[in-house]
Amino acid sequence: MTDLITPSAQLKRRNASESRFQWYGRGAIFVSLAFLVVMVGSIIYKGSGAFTTTDVALVIDLGPEAVDPAAPTDARVEKIVKDALKARFPEATKRAERRMLYGLISNDAGFELERFIAANPAAIGTKAKVWFRASDDFDILMKGSMDREAPESERRLSDLEISWIDSLVADNDVKRGFNWSFFTNGDSREPELAGILSALTGSALTLLVCFCFSFPVAIMAAIYLEEFAPKNRLSDIIEVNINNLAAVPSIVFGLLGLSVLLNTFGMPRSSPLVGGLVLSLMTLPTIIIAARASLRAVPPSIREAALGMGASPVQATFHHVAPLALPGILTGTIVGMAQALGETAPLLMIGMVAFIVDVPHSILEPATALPVQIFLWADAPERAFLEKTSAAIIVLLLFLITMNLLAIVLRRRFEKRF
Amino acid sequence: MTNTDTTTIDLVHSQRKKGLELFVMGLLIMCSLVAVAVTVGIVLSLLFEAYQFFERIPLTEFLFGTKWSPQTAMRADQVAAEGAFGAIPLITGTLLISFIAMCVATPLGLLSAVYLSEYASKRTRDLVKPALEILAGIPTVVYGFFAALTVAPMLRAGGESVGLSVSSESALAAGLVMGMMIIPLISSLSDDVINAVPQAMRDASLGMGATHSETIRKVVLPSAIPGIAGSLLLAASRAIGETMIVVMAAGLAANLTANPLEAVTTITAQIVALLTGDQEFDSAKTLSAFALGLVLFFTTLVLNIVALRIVRKYQEQYD
Repeated sequence: MTDLITPSAQLKRRNASESRFQWYGRGAIFVSLAFLVVMVGSIIYKGSGAFTTTDVALVIDLGPEAVDPAAPTDARVEKIVKDALKARFPEATKRAERRMLYGLISNDAGFELERFIAANPAAIGTKAKVWFRASDDFDILMKGSMDREAPESERRLSDLEISWIDSLVADNDVKRGFNWSFFTNGDSREPELAGILSALTGSALTLLVCFCFSFPVAIMAAIYLEEFAPKNRLSDIIEVNINNLAAVPSIVFGLLGLSVLLNTFGMPRSSPLVGGLVLSLMTLPTIIIAARASLRAVPPSIREAALGMGASPVQATFHHVAPLALPGILTGTIVGMAQALGETAPLLMIGMVAFIVDVPHSILEPATALPVQIFLWADAPERAFLEKTSAAIIVLLLFLITMNLLAIVLRRRFEKRF
Repeated sequence: MTNTDTTTIDLVHSQRKKGLELFVMGLLIMCSLVAVAVTVGIVLSLLFEAYQFFERIPLTEFLFGTKWSPQTAMRADQVAAEGAFGAIPLITGTLLISFIAMCVATPLGLLSAVYLSEYASKRTRDLVKPALEILAGIPTVVYGFFAALTVAPMLRAGGESVGLSVSSESALAAGLVMGMMIIPLISSLSDDVINAVPQAMRDASLGMGATHSETIRKVVLPSAIPGIAGSLLLAASRAIGETMIVVMAAGLAANLTANPLEAVTTITAQIVALLTGDQEFDSAKTLSAFALGLVLFFTTLVLNIVALRIVRKYQEQYD
């Protein structure tokens, strides 16, 4: 007789395989989420440094032989800065040493001094302490990301440079602070000066164009397909088309933009106008699908009540059904816009991959977008750009999170359950 | 006012209203035709530019050639002035990277979907599902950056420590990261499919004494296979069309190899390489990008149509 209480060997095996199977599932979820955490974590870790920056104080001699009080704008600012560095470290006499010395502070120092003189005319004729942006390698050393113990040939800074920096630190002539210029500067060849303002503006203009085109078109297409379209071949074709369009690789939209918008219609290359149009073609299906779902969720009784009161079908739709579906449509639109904000490949095709220093002022000027800026910086050889790239990614992710949270809040607040 | 007056006013009014409504309807139809126009525009523009390319380079050379090295002639009489336009290394490179991605994403995505839909409590589900969706919301340029600057060096160092030479732009790094990107695509689609399997089938199997995992493996998954296949096809199409990860992590060396540790290039990476930077618009080099785009568009289109048809047919089966 078989014992029904004590499990047989076979049952034990089956139960073991049952729990094994569950662990596979947990493992799969764990691996996927761990990857997410590692990726985002490593980017935050790498990028957090870019939000601080290092400044160096130099005593600048603004005496009459350096700056002519009658014409302060004619001063040879670059030379004045170099003289100040030479005065600070007189031991640097060889050419190579001098070059290292000048490399301690950013190439931009001349402009900074110019701005200082313009802002403080009283300082002319005196000796003034002026703060300058430190070079990228200096900054990396200050953040502790450079190994001082490594052999000199494997370091970006020589022993001599490090000794200068240490003496500056000892004299309290080095300060670290929040890197505002990362948000107020455009792109630059110098990592310590590069900022994301031009890319952010480009992204904003591109999204604006994208929204203005895709939102009305998508809503009207959704209303037609959901409320009015007869069941015929044409409606079927449109329907299949929209579903397929949603799965076309984004780069193909870029090719379309290049060959039709740029080469046939002659629209300005690299402009947010073309970028926005291309992205709007991509986001159309997303918004249409979301809008149709929320139109479908409006109960027929609303329509019937409106029709019963003598409204025409168009009135019933525009006065009663569409307003009720609007929160859902807006949610879908925000999700679509978030997708468009992160899209890179089609923008590369239409030339938004340029080196843009100035902030674009119109949708016809050459511009770049935040994800493209990330792509460009990721390719840059300077080590300090690694940090900038990660920081730009953090900013991009923050924007995406905000947009998606907004979509969720909108859905929670305004969506009516019927 | 007499009765007839009101009727006339109503008629005029309603005629104007009708005119407006006709106009609105026309506008609505036009907007919904934009989607069709975009598809037609894509097909026509790709065909037109690709036709110009095939006037210079024969179709057979493009489809069956094994050497890819596009270049622009410096002089008219230069040897190999037009370069070589054999797309085979690009196609195999694309397939290799997509294959690696699918090998990563299929087990992880499917097991996650099964666990979430069959085992997880509602709380876990509500927490984990959106977390997985985050993976789908992260821009691909971020994955590309991570693949090129973190995963690739890690694989290289790991390979060196066991005596393997791993290229710094290996197919493996791009494929692994791409696989992670498409996990949520597979898991959410398969989740829907698994949920669509009627509860009665599970109950019957459990009632016969099968364990939960046996029910899943022998009853639920087999009946969900077509839908899962559809979701895998959609994921594959996504992997083939993915651009930024391969542009940043896979490089441009058109090697004909099946070794995942070597550098390969893909169709999308080549399109980007050919069309960014200086270009003259009538050279075979730039036009070849459109021929590649045509190949890409039709491959993904066929995959999508087949996948959508399978998924829809399957949904109807249990409705």
